[in-house]
Amino acid sequence: MEPQKDYVLRTVEERGVRLIRLWFTDVLGQLKSVAISPAELADAFDEGLQFDGSAIDGFSRVQESDVLAVPDASTFELLPWADPEEPSGRVFCDIRNPDGTPFEGDPRWVMRRSLAKAAEMGYTFYTAPEVEFFYFRHGDPDQPLTPLDNASYFDLTTADVASPLRKRTITMLEAMGIPVEYSFHEDSPSQHEIDLRYTEALSMADNVMTLRLVVRKLALDRDLHATFMPKPLNGVQGSGMHTHMSLFENDINAFHDAGDDYGLSKTAKAFIAGLLHHAREITAVTNQLVNSYKRLVAGDEAPTFVSWARNNRSALVRVPVVKPGKESSTRIEYRALDSAANPYLAFSAVLAAGLKGVQEGYELPPEAAADLYTMTRGQARTKGFEELPMSLSEALDVLEESPLMVDVLGEHIHEWFLRNKRAEFAEYRREVTPFELRRYLNTW
Amino acid sequence: MTEPLLVFPDPPPPELVRTLDLGGYNWKAVGSAQEPEGRWLGAVVAVDENPEDAFGFCRSLNRRGLDIPVLLLISGARLDELEMRDDLYTDFCLTPFHQRELEARLAHLVWRSGTALRPELIEYGPLVLNVETYQATITGRPLDLTYMEYELLKFLASSPGKVFTRETLLSRVWGYDYFGGARTVDVHVRRLRAKLGEEHAGLITTVRSVGYRFGLSRWER
Repeated sequence: MEPQKDYVLRTVEERGVRLIRLWFTDVLGQLKSVAISPAELADAFDEGLQFDGSAIDGFSRVQESDVLAVPDASTFELLPWADPEEPSGRVFCDIRNPDGTPFEGDPRWVMRRSLAKAAEMGYTFYTAPEVEFFYFRHGDPDQPLTPLDNASYFDLTTADVASPLRKRTITMLEAMGIPVEYSFHEDSPSQHEIDLRYTEALSMADNVMTLRLVVRKLALDRDLHATFMPKPLNGVQGSGMHTHMSLFENDINAFHDAGDDYGLSKTAKAFIAGLLHHAREITAVTNQLVNSYKRLVAGDEAPTFVSWARNNRSALVRVPVVKPGKESSTRIEYRALDSAANPYLAFSAVLAAGLKGVQEGYELPPEAAADLYTMTRGQARTKGFEELPMSLSEALDVLEESPLMVDVLGEHIHEWFLRNKRAEFAEYRREVTPFELRRYLNTW
Repeated sequence: MTEPLLVFPDPPPPELVRTLDLGGYNWKAVGSAQEPEGRWLGAVVAVDENPEDAFGFCRSLNRRGLDIPVLLLISGARLDELEMRDDLYTDFCLTPFHQRELEARLAHLVWRSGTALRPELIEYGPLVLNVETYQATITGRPLDLTYMEYELLKFLASSPGKVFTRETLLSRVWGYDYFGGARTVDVHVRRLRAKLGEEHAGLITTVRSVGYRFGLSRWER
């Protein structure tokens, strides 16, 4: 038996683990879990656990609905919040077909495929997301939302009542091997941010899934509601998931070039060019909800135009300044992503867009020096800046026509995602919103 | 016989000292369970002088996870006090004891903790790694590690004070054919530090532009 599996089985025995939760993610990015007893774990490692996939979003197919969940032993962790008397663990799974081949509807497989492509080119892909979210007193959509505080960016006052909760969340994350770089109160009332330390992108996608669960669970323990919805409140900024990324060629940061004015290598520039070139095509995946597009508006720390810059927070791609001697931390930041994205699909999409640029040797357009928030659409267009899609519907139109995204997602997910999301948008379109009532009811 | 017996209290009753010395035992008397560092063959605890402290001593041995056999010396009048304390001792001997009986019991105790029966442990300060069971503890608290985290910690802790380059760690812990480069090492060191917690994260130090070191350097010790 492989040492990794042996190690997990041994740990389960030594620690008296009663329950092992097999985790996987559906196409929309919801975490799914099925619990098995320790006795079943060895078999699950060898043969996978068979289940009916037709009830899982994006897993359904016409002829064959059975799939296998095969635990990835390297991801086994004990759950730090479990009762010490009854320890339980979790392990992420890859989804396979009954014949053992990878299941094309599995987002983790999409990510593995994208990373393998990068590896063929000699690269490993690292990401470090900054995850934003809100705490509310309740999660009832029919009641007005009540934030816990009216604190603001970096506030450390008694106004930040959620601070102990955030602290506890970080302790839990660290106990599960998810190192946190920073955490603080964000700009909006009751909005918080947790920045994870960079790691290889597949582990990071697993980490983001874990983080969402931990944040929600610990809030729930205190009768509070945590949400990763991109824009829950009118008039204040929404929850993004700005993601820093870098490519490494063995130990060398492939984005760094000491001789360049920006400190950026040819590879980095072509990667950014790829991101910009394909930004509109990947937006449906990086921003997958109707609500996502209410965040992507001018002035709310979110990008609206396809652009890049060093110190311009209105740009889509930002190149953070690297301290002298820290060249290996050269990286770029993609600012469209939001906290409701499926991290496996979203990281795969940005990687593929960037690598396409590297492969084809795309030219990087000039840096956007001006504040794009103050620009009109006309001004931006004459300066050559394209707009990001303004609605989910527009984003889906571009996704549908994108050969790159068919390639990244695979036909199964590409087709299912379009169908599912078009239905979501159609439902939304039928709905009369409070905005319309406020604006029209008494005027017309 | 390299590892000493722990003896409580300090100083121990003179008749116990005599027996231990006559038997040629390597032993050390201690006044509290906080003192002993390192590996021990077993413990001999004389209860009669101060029973409360003696049982407290046994309890803290347990708490520290030393997992060594414990022989109690106790008078017949106090046998009642053993009730509900089965977890605190391995064997007992009535006082006043017969020298031959104590020797026989000690010999048996030592046999029990013979190295063949002991799991192989790597210990450094508050950290204990059990190589057989793959389990790690820090100040007695279990550390939940993934396989690679455990392997990395085991490798580092096996040579405290020595500085390893990222490349060495990568090839020795992950294997030469591992794709991903030395960033992998940095990522796992961070994960390990996160799990060790703020208090113990310093067990692994970054040696600037060289690599990593576990524990204190050879000069600091």
